[in-house]
Amino acid sequence: MTTLTPILTKFWDHPQSWTMATYEDNEGYTALRQAMQSDPADLIQATKDSGLRGRGGAGFPTGMKWGFLPPPDGGPRYLVVNADESEPGTCKDIPLLMAAPHFLIEGIAITSFAIGCNHAFIYLRGEVVHVYRRVMRAVEEAYAAGYLGKDILGTGFDLDVTVHAGAGAYICGEETALLDSLEGRRGQPRLKPPFPAVAGLYARPTVVNNVESIASVPAIIKQGAEWFSDMGTEKSQGFGIFSLSGHVKHPGQYEAPLGITLRELLDMAGGMRDPGHPLKFWTPGGSSTPMFTDQHLDVPLDFESVAANGSMLGTRALQIFDDTVSVVRAVSRWTDFYMHESCGKCTPCREGTWWLAQILQRIEHGQGTPEDIDKLVDICDNILGRAFCALGDGATSPITSAVKYFREEFEAGCHTPAAELFPPAASTLFAKEQNTMVTA
Amino acid sequence: MSVTSDKNPASNEVKPDLIGVTIDGIAVSVPKNTLVIRAAEEAGIEIPRFCDHPLLEPVGACRQCLVEVATPDREGNVKPMPKPQASCTMTVSEGMQVRTQHSSPVADKAQQGIMEMLLINHPLDCPVCDKGGECPLQNQSMSHGRATSRFDDIKRTYPKPINISSQVLLDRDRCVLCARCTRFSDQIAGDPFIALVERGALQQVGIYEDQPFESYFSGNTVQICPVGALTGAAYRFRSRPFDLVSTPDVCEHCADGCAIRTDHRRGTVLRRMAGNDPQVNEEWNCDKGRWAFNHASLGDRFEFPMVRDVGGELRVVSWQEALTAAAEGLRAARGHGVLVGGRVSVEDAYAYATFARSVLRTEHVDHRARPHSADERDFLLRHVAGTTPETGVTYDEIGAAGSVLLVGLEPEEESPILFLRLRKAYREAKTTIHSIAPLATRGLDKLGGTLIPSAPGTETEVLTALTGEVGPGSDTDPITTAHAALRGERPIILVGERLATVPGALPAAAELARATGARLAWIPRRAGERGAVEAGCLPGEGALDTAGIVAGAASGQLGALVVGGVDAHDLGLPGASEAFERSFVVSLEIRPSSVTEHADVVLPVAPHAERAGAFVNWEGRVRPFEAALSTNALPDHRVLHMLADEMGEFLGTRTAAEARSSLEATTPPAAKGYPPRVRRAPVPEPGTGELVLATWRLMLDEATMQEGEPFLAGTAKAPRAHVSPATALAFGLAEGDLVTVLGDDVRVTVPVVIQDMVDHVVWLPTNSSSCDLRSLAGRAGAIVSVTKGGAA
Repeated sequence: MTTLTPILTKFWDHPQSWTMATYEDNEGYTALRQAMQSDPADLIQATKDSGLRGRGGAGFPTGMKWGFLPPPDGGPRYLVVNADESEPGTCKDIPLLMAAPHFLIEGIAITSFAIGCNHAFIYLRGEVVHVYRRVMRAVEEAYAAGYLGKDILGTGFDLDVTVHAGAGAYICGEETALLDSLEGRRGQPRLKPPFPAVAGLYARPTVVNNVESIASVPAIIKQGAEWFSDMGTEKSQGFGIFSLSGHVKHPGQYEAPLGITLRELLDMAGGMRDPGHPLKFWTPGGSSTPMFTDQHLDVPLDFESVAANGSMLGTRALQIFDDTVSVVRAVSRWTDFYMHESCGKCTPCREGTWWLAQILQRIEHGQGTPEDIDKLVDICDNILGRAFCALGDGATSPITSAVKYFREEFEAGCHTPAAELFPPAASTLFAKEQNTMVTA
Repeated sequence: MSVTSDKNPASNEVKPDLIGVTIDGIAVSVPKNTLVIRAAEEAGIEIPRFCDHPLLEPVGACRQCLVEVATPDREGNVKPMPKPQASCTMTVSEGMQVRTQHSSPVADKAQQGIMEMLLINHPLDCPVCDKGGECPLQNQSMSHGRATSRFDDIKRTYPKPINISSQVLLDRDRCVLCARCTRFSDQIAGDPFIALVERGALQQVGIYEDQPFESYFSGNTVQICPVGALTGAAYRFRSRPFDLVSTPDVCEHCADGCAIRTDHRRGTVLRRMAGNDPQVNEEWNCDKGRWAFNHASLGDRFEFPMVRDVGGELRVVSWQEALTAAAEGLRAARGHGVLVGGRVSVEDAYAYATFARSVLRTEHVDHRARPHSADERDFLLRHVAGTTPETGVTYDEIGAAGSVLLVGLEPEEESPILFLRLRKAYREAKTTIHSIAPLATRGLDKLGGTLIPSAPGTETEVLTALTGEVGPGSDTDPITTAHAALRGERPIILVGERLATVPGALPAAAELARATGARLAWIPRRAGERGAVEAGCLPGEGALDTAGIVAGAASGQLGALVVGGVDAHDLGLPGASEAFERSFVVSLEIRPSSVTEHADVVLPVAPHAERAGAFVNWEGRVRPFEAALSTNALPDHRVLHMLADEMGEFLGTRTAAEARSSLEATTPPAAKGYPPRVRRAPVPEPGTGELVLATWRLMLDEATMQEGEPFLAGTAKAPRAHVSPATALAFGLAEGDLVTVLGDDVRVTVPVVIQDMVDHVVWLPTNSSSCDLRSLAGRAGAIVSVTKGGAA
């Protein structure tokens, strides 16, 4: 039985969890003091040794990413934190920044020191104004306490942190689109190479990391790489925040070692919201990871096991859907999202999502044709791996996986609207009380 | 003349490292950094594409060119890549194995899939689309797409078309968002006034609200658009490509010598496109070259010869009558002069020069129908005549120059293709560019250029300063940086024809080139100028130049003039009209002009589209062209032959070929004696209420050959008076105030622009709408009086 490992989430229940005082009461910024006494190369090595893999979804080893930077040439190099959390279902970075932003700021200071960066950026999703304010306040506190700014802790190391609020585009979570957006351009992915490590922000060497990756660094430095790598599985080491949402009794963020299963997490979360409605399907890492069903309850949630079962760990955004939900309607909504968020740069994503959304809307309204289902799958095949960036790939995942597990629901869409087969109101919290009215 | 045919001067380059790749089983060796799609072309395999363009940076947006790629790993095992790759963004690597649609079902399906998606929102209105019949989307959907569509939902539609400028229209529903137009504008032209806006399926090409798409190169976006999304207002819905007859042609508007293609149908030229000539214009041309071809079709064209009758009216007569009248008049007159304009082909110029010397037996011949000087004559004979692409500066050399110094030359306005090549040099070869001028224009900005601020008339001083030693200056002082650049790698000095009016400037430029070893080239504005130099259209030693001929005619010293292609107002000479009035004038002209107004005999000649011949561009490169339209209009050289015949002489210029072979048998004219000493004119000193005038022509202005093109004229820059902040303060001017500029017979009122530039100077365009300063343009550093407001 896996147990929770509250590290980043340890004091979220504190009434003033976001303040510098609370953070320092919980050994905050001790890792920074320790790091500033170390050789930057040792910090990079410790991160490599810990096995920390990018928490933004792709799981690329964080320390290795830092190691890709070319040797210093006297010019600036940048750390950019990707806080543009916009994936449907994903809610880990925003709660973390809301509840305990100093984890990230300490992580930024340590990482910047390790990679030789004097100006770091936090690219925050613009819609979350309250989080923006809180992060800005935390940065102010850190400057005031001497953890940021000139001559940090008397070491002669300078670091400025700029918090930038995006303007509401999912594509800006793609690292090169994020950099374009941060430079003031339209957020569209860049051609690679050159990779950001070589020519990133303002064409300078740049490390782009997810919030949770950087926030995990202080704990690794403080407690050691071995402590971190002891958690999790052989290749997916450490802990992560698992965000449970949807038809679950106690939705929220559960911090646990990688490799925990949904069955365990559901137990911790009090089970399905209504015991009368069993689990139908779920996403392991947000809507762009292929969905799972109840047969995957025991799949260990680590990078390898999830991939072996045909999906991706992604951002550990576990969206739970019970049997009141029409999979067609869910997929249709997700596809609307991808159509709306496609940046338009490349043909398959721009035109493909537009087409998929129209077909799915027809199926949802019971107006599908017998060819539609195969057509959907074939269009997805023509997008997957053909698009400029991963957004196009992600748009196909819910469709292909849904057709794989629930083809009969799509077939039903050729004659019966989803709203008749699965009345939307039945999925709501108030469904119980108004049951008679809904089914009437 | 020693001009020979084009040869690639770069043929002795070192061979680059070659990389061996296999494409569909065909082995090819290509230079390092070659894109897979280009390597495939080498192997004779065409991969469909839309966004890819060999002269633009890769973008990988359309995804049409997907192929399967396998590369050897470190152990040499060839490993296929998991996903199909865009061949337009991937460069080759040793041992790479590429499988295109011909050998890979995956690549074929990927391409079919992309094509299907490109077509779902496309209106498929090919039967009414300008591009239908020459459309890459149409062609490639036939060769690489499905015959039927699986799309039965709702297409995206837009109101259509929208004007992105007065001459370029956009049909957003046809657009495949390949970003060729936006990349061209940004990268090649440096005018990023169009950009992709909105996102997803609603992404579209848009313009800035307060900055219209005013680029001199916007027509290229219409040409490289791979669908019919961008169309030219003048050609829209006028013709089908397959009804057009195409003729390879050379543009007659400036001395750049662009290869173009003239398309006509049933005796009417309908459009002109940029031709592909990598050594000259690559694949681009300017909007003037593309769209200004209508001036001879405005209904006022001379179709028959005319003789002025006793009542003073021009009367249509037979060719024989006209030739007799002209011959008699010329024979009767004492003292002759020949004036040749900038539109003439090299064959025409040869005919004029030979007509002057062999028939009229005069050395009073000049092709400089513009401000000029004796210094210039010597400079042209000494440094320009006889140079060829083999011996002189070329576009390719500019593209690889270490530094370029511009003097009296605003390339974007006066030599647009040179401007594009300079911009390419700045972007790709990191060429440093300096300009001796009173103000830094946006054109200079686009070249990353540095201004050496100098008031008009002081260019000689600056050139002399650069020739000598300069004291230790700061690294940012432009004189210091230019001084160093001229003594660095591969320096080039480019002088414009305007420099003729600055006393001593051309000899000083030649001296600077000699002292530094920099290469030197002269950039005239008009297409015929360079050829006319070769053909002997400069006055003989001690003979009268244009100004002298006009003065001679006015005083009665010259009794008769033969004039071809000259506008009296361009000469910048007071009394030119009186001179034409007083003397016996034989005018060879296309349309009524300020010369035919006074001419005694008017002989109609063929406009550009109706004649064959050649221009010589500023490089000294011969640019032969064919007649697009077959009419009975006669070119200048043939008319002059007939006139000579009437006067009992044999000119030998019946055909262009005959004229050219005679020309090639002669040696180019050369200067005699020592070069003139560098003389300096006194620095102009404006008094109270006066400023020094700086002026040059804008590319799109009131020039005769741009008449009848309202869409083109719509993108001309509005005339503005530019002054420095200090000057503005002294005159109490604020940005946008009206200012009246007075000088001699000139009086113009235009709004003011305040910008960083030389003090005590006002810049105005020479010949723009309601701003005609041509009579002042001849005097460098002319003093004008300036008053605020429009009512002075």
